Amino acid sequence: MSRVAAQQLLPTSAEEAAAALHETQAVRIRGGGTKLGWGRPLETTAVELRSERLDELVAHNEGDLTAVLQAGVSLARAQEAFAAAGQMLALDPPDGGATIGGVVATGDSGPLRHRYGAPRDLVLGVQVALPDGAVARAGSKVIKNVAGYDLAKLMSGAFGTLGLLTEVTVRLHPRPLGWCTAVGRADDPHVVAQAAVQLAHRPLEAEALDLRWEGDAGAVLARFGGSSAKRRAEAARIMLRDAGLEVDCVVEDEALWATQRDDQRGSAVLRVSATQERLGPLLDVAREHGARVVARAAHGLAWLGLREEAADSLAATVAQVRAALAPSPCVLLDAPAAVRAAIDPWGPADPAQLELMRRVKSRFDPKRRCNPGLFVGGI
Amino acid sequence: MPGSLIGTLRAACGEEHVLTDHHQLRTYESDGLLQHAVVPRAAVLPASAAEVVAVVRACHEHGVPWVARGSGSGLSGGALPVAEGVLVVLTRLRRIVEVDLPNQRLVCEPGVSNIAISAAVAPTHFYPPDPSSQIVCSIGGNVAENSGGAHCFKYGFTTNYVTGLEVVLADGTVVELGGKELDRPGYDLHGVFVGSEGTLGVATRITVRVVPTPESVRTLVAFFSSPAHAGHAVSEIVAAGVVPGAIEMMDRLSIDASEQMAHAGWPADVGAALLVELDGPEAEIEARFDDVARLCAEAGSSEVRVARDAAERDVFWKMRKAAFPAMGRVSPHYYVQDSVIPRTRLTEVLERIEQLSRDSGLQVANVFHAGDGNLHPLVCYDGHVAGEAERAEELAGEIVLACVQAGGSITGEHGVGVDKKRYMPEMFAEADLAAFQKLRCAFDPDGLANPGKVMPTPRLCGEVPGPYRRHPLEAAGLADRM
Ligand SMILES: Cc1cc2nc3c(=O)[nH]c(=O)nc-3n(C[C@H](O)[C@H](O)[C@H](O)COP(=O)(O)OP(=O)(O)OC[C@H]3O[C@@H](n4cnc5c(N)ncnc54)[C@H](O)[C@@H]3O)c2cc1C
Repeated sequence: MSRVAAQQLLPTSAEEAAAALHETQAVRIRGGGTKLGWGRPLETTAVELRSERLDELVAHNEGDLTAVLQAGVSLARAQEAFAAAGQMLALDPPDGGATIGGVVATGDSGPLRHRYGAPRDLVLGVQVALPDGAVARAGSKVIKNVAGYDLAKLMSGAFGTLGLLTEVTVRLHPRPLGWCTAVGRADDPHVVAQAAVQLAHRPLEAEALDLRWEGDAGAVLARFGGSSAKRRAEAARIMLRDAGLEVDCVVEDEALWATQRDDQRGSAVLRVSATQERLGPLLDVAREHGARVVARAAHGLAWLGLREEAADSLAATVAQVRAALAPSPCVLLDAPAAVRAAIDPWGPADPAQLELMRRVKSRFDPKRRCNPGLFVGGI
Repeated sequence: MPGSLIGTLRAACGEEHVLTDHHQLRTYESDGLLQHAVVPRAAVLPASAAEVVAVVRACHEHGVPWVARGSGSGLSGGALPVAEGVLVVLTRLRRIVEVDLPNQRLVCEPGVSNIAISAAVAPTHFYPPDPSSQIVCSIGGNVAENSGGAHCFKYGFTTNYVTGLEVVLADGTVVELGGKELDRPGYDLHGVFVGSEGTLGVATRITVRVVPTPESVRTLVAFFSSPAHAGHAVSEIVAAGVVPGAIEMMDRLSIDASEQMAHAGWPADVGAALLVELDGPEAEIEARFDDVARLCAEAGSSEVRVARDAAERDVFWKMRKAAFPAMGRVSPHYYVQDSVIPRTRLTEVLERIEQLSRDSGLQVANVFHAGDGNLHPLVCYDGHVAGEAERAEELAGEIVLACVQAGGSITGEHGVGVDKKRYMPEMFAEADLAAFQKLRCAFDPDGLANPGKVMPTPRLCGEVPGPYRRHPLEAAGLADRM
């Protein structure tokens, strides 16, 4: 293992990573470095454990539609390789520089979430370097498996607080040959939310179904893929028209969706876990605060891009938005450090659940070596 | 078992819902894996989550192990009782608590049958994971096993549909994991609970996601000279980017058996039948259905039959679903395996199974979820012939190993239970098992929930397995401080 600087650990294998974890008091884990501002401020950032030399695309099993990737492989690079075979890993979060390990660890997702799910739904197996010095695997390399505990779920979204993901096995999907997006625009937030939810209740098999709101106008976007993409987008266009929106069908739709992805980021972003019914009220709240909204309509997930403000007034805005959207959990993602220090980015946690999470943490990482303090409840 | 425990159980659930009579208890001595039977000390049938809490808490106070049981249709011995323990039977918790169609969620108790969920949200919606046992099996059992079904290749498994759980932990505390919303902050503990085979607690309330019913369905069956040829067709269909709603294969032996029950009139001289169903928007089905038929023909299919109407489609499915029960007519006993292989290794693994079958002199029928590579080899035997049951089990074991060696898994949907725990070391190294144990200990440090299942050898939570044995006390101390 080489050390670029005294403070950086760059393992080249899972075993090296596990040994490093076991020997070091506490580490900050870094993949592509695109989301280091998420979560609570770390208790220590003295030593950084980086996945960048775990960068092998271990296997792409085209016939089985699976792949094995080391955690430091950039998602973009992996997608290029899969695309060459007409396939894709159905994860399209923003952040070009993100690694697969970082995407899985943060549970991040993009518009394809609508049809294909989150990292938790696409990761078949994991290899992790644990703080006790062991390298453990869970799951399998096949698309169906129930042997053993599903530690892949535990590690997905754990923000590196239980160990370092060193390798993941993922399920791939055929890449649709053509795309087409039906777009409906309106300036009444309830018309937008209702139309989006209405589409979510139709058996459309859309690849993505988003809504957005910015300033005084919003839109519903339904993306279709495959041989019949245009015909189905046309059918969705008519539904949106009948719901009172101004409509359009867009074949060259990549830019539309790039915007949806990019708008999941900003100087201060709240990710809201809502339900379909709460999307209308959510748009009202967003409008009141001048926030931009991107949402996965069927899943009730929304990203609120808050206006830039001084740290203390931004913290106050977050508190107001949370209160207005309760009981939907609102997690502060991107935000200035001062704001993250002033308020808990995770929001309140249920005490019984938090207790169980702490028990999990103390079994996997009793000495709190991995990203100490970053997670929910200061885990 | 101290008498006061039984007294507490009776006080909590009512006299008539606590069984201690040996004769009555024999009803519960096995689940669907009849090869194993254990009579528990007591069986209790609580009627509410509060009663489950009282039962589990009483067991905890007395240090008595317990096993949760849904409908008892499991095929891996997951609900096999523990002789010294209590069986917690959940069949009386069968209320659908909320049908929240506006948010596409349903909330129910664990004893609700799988099919009742789809029925409650029909006709506009359905709940995709559809085990063949769906008329009887409980959603609680589905959660515990992460059950699958014919439609899972396209739609995903139980774990992709459970968004929230209310769980009674082994110390009697109640915890809410997940909810109706997705991506709630914190560890994905409901994700971890799904598939944990009753070893992490009892699910007393389950929230699932339901989805719109597909606009259209079209089904065909294609006949081939051998499973290998049919397997080739599966690969071609998947490679062409088609994602069928279901793609199921039956071999000669299972076709013969099913024909006796379902009378579909399928040709008698074929080696394999491939059932392919496309569901979804009519426009997409129209665009792809002919491709599927053509790919089957190109892969050597002797005949492709398209279901003309719903009745004929039902007959096709009856053939597939009859395969397990029908085997009972062909063979006095059979042993079901549930291994998974990478789809691309199908031909060689089937050849290996055939070889193993010839060597042992026992017939093996193959019925499987071809898209997922999930095989269900049915090892046929006659338990009345001395030694045959043992030989069948041995052969089943060799089949499992062949699948693991091909890069697969020992179980795709039936779970490890007691049946496959001895194969766990074939798939997992000691460090992997130690990591599993960490999780189990976080939920149930006293090891009272369904002991003796999943893990190949019993372990205690006090010890820290693996190379770093020196820390248990420190670990415990830190645990308290956090
Ligand atoms: C003919 C037949 C066909 C089948 N087909 C399929 C199939 O296609 N796909 C498939 O996946 N399976 C199939 N199975 C297997 C079985 O039906 C499933 O595993 C089912 O999910 C078991 O449900 P159950 O209610 O019968 O659970 P049980 O057998 O009662 O229990 C199974 C496990 O779940 C645990 N458990 C039960 N309830 C709870 C709860 N509330 N909380 C925590 N743990 C609990 C038990 O402790 C046990 O470990 C089939 C079985 C049969 C007999």
